[in-house]
Amino acid sequence: MVENKQQWKAWLYLSPAIFLLLVFTVWPIINTLRMAFLNGYGNMAAIGGATFEFGIDNFLKVIEYKQFLQCLQNTAILCVATVPISTILALLIAVALNSIKPLQKTLQTIFFLPYVTNSIAIGMVFAAMFNIVGLKQGSNIADTWGIINNVIQFFGGEPINWINAGSSYVANMAVMVVYIVWNALPFKILILLGGLQSINKQYYDAAKVDGTPKGRVLTRITVPLLSPMLAYVIITGFIGGFKEYSSIIGIFGDKMGPADAAGRLNTMVGFVYDALARDRQGRASAAALILFAIILVVTLFNNKVIKKHVHY
Amino acid sequence: MKVVLQNLTKIFPSRDKKSGQEVIAVNDFNFEIPDGKLVGLLGPSGCGKSTTLYMICGLQKPSGGKIFFGEDDVTELSTENRGIGLVFQNYALYPHMTVKQNIMFPLQNLKGKDKLTKEEMFDRTLNAAKLVQIDELLDRKPSELSGGQQQRVAIARALVKMPRVLLLDEPLSNLDARLRLQTREEIRRIQRETGITTVFVTHDQEEAMSISDIIVVMKLGVVQQIGAPQSVYDDPKNLFVAKFLGTPPINVLEGKVSGGKIYIGDEAVLEVTNVDDQDIYIGIRPEGIEPNENGVLTCNLSSVEVMGRDSSVISTHPASLNPIVRAIINSDIRIDTSAQTIKYNIKPHKFFIFNKETEERIYYEVK
Repeated sequence: MVENKQQWKAWLYLSPAIFLLLVFTVWPIINTLRMAFLNGYGNMAAIGGATFEFGIDNFLKVIEYKQFLQCLQNTAILCVATVPISTILALLIAVALNSIKPLQKTLQTIFFLPYVTNSIAIGMVFAAMFNIVGLKQGSNIADTWGIINNVIQFFGGEPINWINAGSSYVANMAVMVVYIVWNALPFKILILLGGLQSINKQYYDAAKVDGTPKGRVLTRITVPLLSPMLAYVIITGFIGGFKEYSSIIGIFGDKMGPADAAGRLNTMVGFVYDALARDRQGRASAAALILFAIILVVTLFNNKVIKKHVHY
Repeated sequence: MKVVLQNLTKIFPSRDKKSGQEVIAVNDFNFEIPDGKLVGLLGPSGCGKSTTLYMICGLQKPSGGKIFFGEDDVTELSTENRGIGLVFQNYALYPHMTVKQNIMFPLQNLKGKDKLTKEEMFDRTLNAAKLVQIDELLDRKPSELSGGQQQRVAIARALVKMPRVLLLDEPLSNLDARLRLQTREEIRRIQRETGITTVFVTHDQEEAMSISDIIVVMKLGVVQQIGAPQSVYDDPKNLFVAKFLGTPPINVLEGKVSGGKIYIGDEAVLEVTNVDDQDIYIGIRPEGIEPNENGVLTCNLSSVEVMGRDSSVISTHPASLNPIVRAIINSDIRIDTSAQTIKYNIKPHKFFIFNKETEERIYYEVK
């Protein structure tokens, strides 16, 4: 009897959390599944009394949709380009930070600043930095406005139209990669620095006694001993990469592309939002499920590869 | 390869800036380690023994003095160029590498004319593994090995590049009692077989005594005594060394010299010449006193511990600095445990006296 009573109590204490989880997590997931498999489902239409048949029309629509393939491509390129670059950069910076004594705390703070700064604000700053080559306001003198182009010109290069109307897809993506890498660094540096500081110093003394060159210390000792942290930042990096959205907004605004090519840089999440905005909840749900499936497959693959190389 | 330490000194700057007290970890260490000997640096924690080892190996820079390997001055030489092998207290085996990779690692770092082919590397790895008898375990990871096996891998890794000097930091402290006995014999054997000059650090006097050719007893950065284990034990230079060596420990009592006699309490226990009248500390090895009805020293009998071959007679004396006075005797000798007191005779060569202020040994002649 006592046990029963206690169980009842336990459920009572758990009930607020369970209630919130059911309403805001479990039900939305179920509802997403439901909407995805109701052909042409839209909330407004549903309220209006329309009925929808069960089927996979939403998925077929999503896949047929040209914009979707563009989104998929953008997302994939951003992931594949930014995760390795940011991970390697973060590793090098963390190792360098860890090996210096003076100013370590100060530099650590500086490297961590991007993490606590609003990403839209950062995006606007980047947009200004990569600004157009053109006429100075109110005059006919051609000049550049963005600091990046100023630097390129200073070294005698030709200015590049990075993000404005008429810019190329490659230039757009290059800006996005730089921005996302820069944005992703602080978290990775923090994790890797924490990992580095927990590595026993004796391994390095042993390596020193054996006259191990610096490069070999990094590749044969530091990286393997850091592998659990590296695995973590790589996996979360890919997951974050597939959910990329606000960074595009930050630089290109909600047009998701240069003025003359709106939507060119749209991503998977952007596609979902667009569908929602057009009262196409069914299509949005289908796209979200596809995104989920892709992240799942990539993460499983990552796990499999990483398991071979991670030493816990 | 002989190793010479010349006025070796290490001063650590004070951590607390206010007091400004610097720490002298090693103070003016002079010693020549003969070629091919096994030397034990012995002392309580904080005596500077590990600092000395790390200075020999080059991971710490001396504040003063010089270190020679043979005729080479290596004081300014970096660790990797000294040709030493170091076995860390926690072994520091790379956890992600197999035993084979661990042992081979130092060889893969060799450059230029020392560079080895894959076959040579493997041969030397195998030889080192065979020397420490772990050639069956080459494909295991360190986490799959016992403490003793890890220790052997660490020694193999230190030996594989054929160092001029082998250094071991507390080699036995992470092993259980049984493995310790086995491993110390093993270290002795490996050292004999390779003939490499070996220095090891320990706080366990038994460990140091049992395998060293030479022991160096240190206290607070200062070398107290250097010598063969037995001679240091038989002839301690001061009270610290006498107390530090020997299990069970030496009995220490207060006493005085007066008119050519050494007194413990009111009893004159020994007549000596050429010692001035003064207060002294007296050290008597447990095997230096034996029960005798006509003995010179009277103690209050507490109990007798039987250990098989020997017995330990536990008694107390008001002048004793230790809680008990212990005598180790042959277990054939029967002690009447119902008696309140027990009388002992003294073996003069196990009986040391020390100046009460300096705690230095006072040498005497028995009358």
